[in-house]
This record gives sequence, structure tokens and C-alpha cells, in this order.
Amino acid sequence: MAIMNIKNFSFTYAKAEAPSLKNITLPIKQNKITALIGPSGCGKSTLLRSMNRIHDLYPGNKYDGKIELLDLETKKVNNILKIKKENEFIKLRQQVGMIFQKPTPFPMSIFDNVAYGLRIQGIKNKTELSDKVEEALKGSALWKEVKDRLNGSAMGLSGGQQQRLCIARAVAVKPEVLLFDEPTSALDPISTAAIEELIVELKKDVSIAIVTHNMQQASRISDYTAFMYLGDLVEYDKTENIFLNPKEKQTEDYITGRFG
Amino acid sequence: MRLLINKLVLGLSVVSALIGLAFLGWILVTLFVKGLGSFHFGLFVNDLIDGGLRNLIVGQIILALLASIIGIPLGMIAGIYIREYGNGRYAQLIRDLSDIMMSAPSIVIGAFVFAVIVKPTGGTSGFAGAIALAIMMIPIVINTTDSMLSLVPKELREAGIALGASKYKVIIDIVIKAAKVGIMTGVLLAFARIVGETAPLLFTSETSNYFSLDLTQSFPSLTVSIYDLANEPEKSSRDLAWAASFILTVIVLVINLTGRFITRNKNHK
Repeated sequence: MAIMNIKNFSFTYAKAEAPSLKNITLPIKQNKITALIGPSGCGKSTLLRSMNRIHDLYPGNKYDGKIELLDLETKKVNNILKIKKENEFIKLRQQVGMIFQKPTPFPMSIFDNVAYGLRIQGIKNKTELSDKVEEALKGSALWKEVKDRLNGSAMGLSGGQQQRLCIARAVAVKPEVLLFDEPTSALDPISTAAIEELIVELKKDVSIAIVTHNMQQASRISDYTAFMYLGDLVEYDKTENIFLNPKEKQTEDYITGRFG
Repeated sequence: MRLLINKLVLGLSVVSALIGLAFLGWILVTLFVKGLGSFHFGLFVNDLIDGGLRNLIVGQIILALLASIIGIPLGMIAGIYIREYGNGRYAQLIRDLSDIMMSAPSIVIGAFVFAVIVKPTGGTSGFAGAIALAIMMIPIVINTTDSMLSLVPKELREAGIALGASKYKVIIDIVIKAAKVGIMTGVLLAFARIVGETAPLLFTSETSNYFSLDLTQSFPSLTVSIYDLANEPEKSSRDLAWAASFILTVIVLVINLTGRFITRNKNHK
């Protein structure tokens, strides 16, 4: 079942003449990992950043088509491109979390970092907060390393730990979908392996879309893969089909390293 | 040949650096010798009328603090506005204006405040002096806030938005916290800059020989009194001016060094 359905979606950046994404149709399946791959400038990050409307920080962009999100509580389907009100945006971003390329710990304690989204949800009760923070940190395989220094600054953690903290922070608000924008490209191989393991672990609870430059990573962790090129979706299929039997010539050329 | 030019340029830069440093050293040495010669702790106990500097030091600091109370919030809010909310021409206009204000001659600011405040209110006052100093301070604080906020990576803002925070909450909770040390240092340096100003005070607050906390009257100012004392014929007055200059330099130096110390500590973390 698809939790998100992107239908005939086009996107044009403010002041740009040509669209950066052209007529994309793509499902994000529930409790699966969907990888978006393609050479630089193909629009994969642009697509990912449309899925929680983070583009709207910078005004003037143009959206066309639909991006439908299934609300698991009410079972209703909403077109997120229709969102205009502040409180609907807040809800969208709590349903669709995001992890960035560079770790983005906030300049506050480890506890407050994880509690940040929870406090926005309006949770004030201290025991409830600390229970949820603990749960999120355990879910992100960070609890053992930080449980004795929850009040220490998040800036003191290593890069890999900071990235897991950001994942904990996103997981804490119980999103339906998590978007990962090249989450390991700033990390060393050991931290990368830890994050990959964590992402696979997380799909029990959330649906995941991940942009990656690393094709091995896509083939290791994803269930579905979408190959994009110059703003078009070239091919979307199960990951094994994309990597073993691609239907399109362009896909084959890219995954075999002939261009990109 | 290239080596020769290299050596020549290196030599020239060393010589110019030395000349600059020599003048700086000369100033400091003169200040120390002349200032320390007439320095005694009685200066901190007596007011100017009794040959001391107490009222002047207190007055100068009160003026600078009052200017900060007016100037820092205004400058910070304006800086936050042009960096976080202002998009396009309007913000750029404010930024340019603020840059021009920063290089406005301080005597002009003093004359301006004289015209719009001192004249209508019928006389010099501590308030007028503090306002003149605040006008000097605002563009410096705007500039610091603006440039410190620009150093906060945009990913940090996006991460806050991506957790559902609204824009103003991201700015207050995250962006300002991330830029806090830089802004604090800048504000401290702005304070150091205005605490030693004379021209904006010359015909706004003037100075006073007596201890005073009444900001509606002429207000004791260390810098203006240095100017007055240095123009007096008696040697005792000029000695007092040297001592006052020495104390002022030490105050400014200490604030500056504190600012630098904070920055360095932050970079070490």
C-alpha cells in the first residue's frame, strides 16, 4: 500500500523558466524504503524536499499535479500541495519528517534536541517527555552512548552520533514518513553502516524515502528504487529489478557506471 | 628575480607593520607614563570639583549603558528583520543605510541630536547624550547581528521547520542561540566603541563637575571633561586629563579583550 502518491507532479523553482521536475508519478510504499537515485541535478533532492513542502521556506516556487498523503489515523487522503495554513504545515511536517545531509543538531542539550518536536506538539508533562525522549533515543541506537549526558550539549557529539540524534529527534514525533536527504554522505564508513542499519530497522514503524548518491547504499537498503534523470522519472521498480534487470537503457548505463 | 621581488614585498610589509606598531606603542607608552604619573586612587573617590574623576567615570558608564539599553534591542531586532524576514530591495536598502550610518562622522550625529532634542527641550541633558550614543551604536549592532545570523547554516533553519516549528520559533529557539556568542561579542565591541566617544556628547550631554544621576540635566562625561581639562592652562588640569585618558583606555581595552576572550573560548569548544 502506498502512503504517499506523487501524481503528475511538476516543480519550478522561483525565477526559473524551465521546470526542475516534469510530470513525476511515483508511489512511496508503506513500511518500505524507496531510494531516489540519479546523477547530480536530476531533481531527486528537489522531489524529496517537495514531499514535506520544505521548499516553501523560500517563496515563489511553482507546484503542479498532486502529492497525496494518507493520514493513518483518519484514513483520509490529503493533497499536501493544497496546504496553505500554518497549522496544517505544522501537522504535515510532523507527519513527514526529514533528515539532512549534514547533521543539524540544535545548539541545546541532547534531551532538548529530542524533545523539541514533542514540545511543539504541546507535550509539557515531564515524565511523558522523558519517556518519549528515551524511547526515541533507544529507537535510534543512541541511548547507551548518551544516557549519562542527556543534559550535555548536542554539539559535543561525533558526526555519526549527531546524525543519529537528528534521526531520534525526527522519530520522536512519530511521523508516518521519513525523508532522508543523503544522510550519510558527510560521515565515515563506520557511522554510515550504523545509520544504514538504523534506517532498515526503522521501516517497521515508518515509511522511508531516501536520496542517495551511493548506488551500493541504494541496493543494500532499499526495497524500491526510482532512477531520475534531468527532471524526469526514468524508471521505478523493485530495487532488485532496477539493479539486475533494468528496462531502460539509461538506467542500465547509470547503474553500471557508464555515465553519471 | 622572482625571489628578489618576494623578498622586497616581504620586507616592505614588515617595515609598514613595524611603523604602525611603533605609533601604537608610542601612544600607549605616552599614556601610561603621563597617565600613571598623575594617577592615584583618590581619583576614584573625589568628584571633578574636588580634583577627582569619580562622577565622570560613573556618568560616562551610565550614558553608555543607557545608550545600550536603547540601541542594542533596536539594532538586534532590525538585524534579525533584515536577515530573516526582509527579502529583496527593502532589506537591502536598510542594510545600505545602516552601513552609511556606521561611517557617519560622530560630530554630525552630535549636531543632529543637538538640533532635534537639545534645542527643543531647552538644554543639554544626559538623555540627549545617551540618544546620540545610541544612534552611533544601532548601525554597529545591526551589522553584527546581520552578519552573525548569516553564518548560521540554512540547514539548521530547515531542520527546525522540518520538525513543525514555525518560522519565528525557529529564529528564537535555534538561530539566535546558534549565533549568540557572535552577537554578544559584537555588542560588547559596540559598547567599547561608544564608551570612549566624545563628539556625540560634546553638545548633547556636555559634562558636569558634580556627581549627578539626573539625566534631564547636563551629565558628567569623562570624555568631554578630558577635552575641557586639556584646554585649561593649569598643569594640574592637564595632569588630570592624562589620568582620565589612561583610565578610559584601560576601560576600553578591558572590554575589548573580554570580547576577544569570549570569541576565542567559543572557537576552542
